[in-house]
Amino acid sequence: MPRTRLEAFEIDHLQVLDEEGRIDEALDPGLPDERLVELYRAMVLAREADQRMLRLQRQGRLGTFSPSTGQEAASCGPTLAMTGQDWFVPAFRELGGMLMRGVPFHRVLLFWGGWEEGNVFPGLERTLPIAVIVASQIPHAAGIGYAQKLRGEKAATVCWFGDGATSEGDFHEGVNFAAVWRSPVVFICQNNQWAISTPLDRQTASATIAQKAIAYGIPGIVVDGNDPLGMYAATHEALERARRGDGPTLIEARTYRLMMHTTADDPSKYRKDDEVEQWRRRDPLVRMRRLLESRDLWDDERQQRLDAEVKKAIDDEVRIYETFDRGRPDVYFEHVYGTPHPEIERQRQEFLAGLQREARDA
Amino acid sequence: MPRMTMVQAINLALHQAMERDPSVVALGQDIGVNEGVFRVTAGLHAKFGPERVIDTPLAEAAILGTAIGMAIAGLRPVAEMQFSGFSYLMLGQYEGHATRYRSRTHGQVTVPLVVRMPYGGGVRALEHHSESREVLYAHLPGSKVVIPSGPRNARALLAAAIEDPDPVVFMEPKQSYRAFREEVPAEHETMPIGRAQVVQQGTDITVISWGAMMRPTLRAVAEVAEARGASIEVIDLLTIAPLDGDTIVASVEKTGRAVVVQEAPRSFGPAAEVIARINDRALMHLEAPVRRVAMPDVMTPYFGRERLYFPGPHTVQRAIEETLDF
Repeated sequence: MPRTRLEAFEIDHLQVLDEEGRIDEALDPGLPDERLVELYRAMVLAREADQRMLRLQRQGRLGTFSPSTGQEAASCGPTLAMTGQDWFVPAFRELGGMLMRGVPFHRVLLFWGGWEEGNVFPGLERTLPIAVIVASQIPHAAGIGYAQKLRGEKAATVCWFGDGATSEGDFHEGVNFAAVWRSPVVFICQNNQWAISTPLDRQTASATIAQKAIAYGIPGIVVDGNDPLGMYAATHEALERARRGDGPTLIEARTYRLMMHTTADDPSKYRKDDEVEQWRRRDPLVRMRRLLESRDLWDDERQQRLDAEVKKAIDDEVRIYETFDRGRPDVYFEHVYGTPHPEIERQRQEFLAGLQREARDA
Repeated sequence: MPRMTMVQAINLALHQAMERDPSVVALGQDIGVNEGVFRVTAGLHAKFGPERVIDTPLAEAAILGTAIGMAIAGLRPVAEMQFSGFSYLMLGQYEGHATRYRSRTHGQVTVPLVVRMPYGGGVRALEHHSESREVLYAHLPGSKVVIPSGPRNARALLAAAIEDPDPVVFMEPKQSYRAFREEVPAEHETMPIGRAQVVQQGTDITVISWGAMMRPTLRAVAEVAEARGASIEVIDLLTIAPLDGDTIVASVEKTGRAVVVQEAPRSFGPAAEVIARINDRALMHLEAPVRRVAMPDVMTPYFGRERLYFPGPHTVQRAIEETLDF
């Protein structure tokens, strides 16, 4: 009996817009001008918001947070491809996508500022808050997708996570469930090369993260994660597949965490500056602006106007954050259960009495 | 009323919940075509189809994790852990998300789901199939833990759990699955979650238990009542968390004495919490220290000697007598 090859697999890499802002005409997703501008503006807002958060954190006005500078394309590109019927399931480095989705920036600030109100998005549906536990949101996406499919919705779920998450059991279990169920889910791994201090080659022996899809029987693709149009195109294609009932896709977005893991982290302890510098040259904002300029959609004047607009919008949101009504101190007792219980009520009264004794204020 | 075993009663609750509410789905390992290893899900797959009665891959964390996603998206999932001994793999999802989402979103995102799991000893089962670890789930804020003791309350509590707006861990005492029958009404019936039940009124002492321990407890109570003419009040907790302290305290204020019987290991168990509630609110009514009868703090033995370790009726009886005599 000869040995025969049963299966063979290949993994594609996709880049639509290169570092210089040159577009591959054959792969151009053909977005109208206003959508291209919208995408660029979203990335600029995300960058500026992230940098403002860093300053606020350094000034003691915000808690520890996880910066997303440099990774704007990997959440903004996919979000541009989504509709309001699609579910948005983030990890914690999707600031750009969250803002595009309609999460007010002050809610993001509240989250990192230590207030659960940062997870409350009034009037905004199908948008989950940040998931802190690595990979834990992946099975949720598989389940949300299942519910969408059961109801016959022509919509899908997009779920983000990092390269470190792919080592977790929840990644394996969640992607496997989604694949077996053909849940309409697009899994986007923001492979930013580092999980705090653990580099990719200490995270996995796989040549790509995308190839892990092969084992689950679903399509996987590597995309230049700093290419907003590549990310848009890959997500668009995966969403179409999901919506027509052909199941999930795994997209590996190759990007880079230009900054620290969180503001409590010092990357100089484990990585070299020249690596960071190399990735800075692949900035997603720079290439997107070059594309717009090449199509006469952008210039210095428009940039200045946008910078001023973004600064004002951020200023306004910071003001809302810093003056937000903290409500009654015992508000948290209202959300332990959906049904009242005398023991919780008793503890609430005890808590309020204690607060008075301690003369304590949040 | 038809007389049913607990397995049949739970099965009835599942059938009726799925009939009443199209958003109810069931998921777990071997629950569909195979109808569950204890046949608790009998007939569901045939009646409601594979899309609502979902045979999942073998992964406890993802069974709960996907159920959380389904609940967030508006379904009412009833997940099964094949045995409670395998449920610890889902603990991260349970603590990290199921119990937490309501609080962390101030009620905007909620996770109404039920996790059913057979627990406890007494069926001569393999290692990891006999433990009582309800306290692991009871300790978590936002968690509800329900443990029925008989067919009728099992059915009514499960029906309530599926309608409940919060995550409920529904622990089924597997040694009671087929041990006895009770009359169970055919029409929809619920019991309130978060409330204990006084199953027998009395004035001399309060005996508190739950789950499979209710039967040896009631046997011991009958013995003591007959031998000594004692008037014994018996409380079936039914819900472990949130614990119904009011019913316990009201009873002990009346009787002044109490014994708590648990199948779980002694330390840090639900009995300790019951006693703490009594100390907090009824200490001055006590005529005797509150006793607990429990499994020793040892790993649940293999079934060869498990019967030696679970609290038996004679030990319960002695604890009641000593507390009465104190």
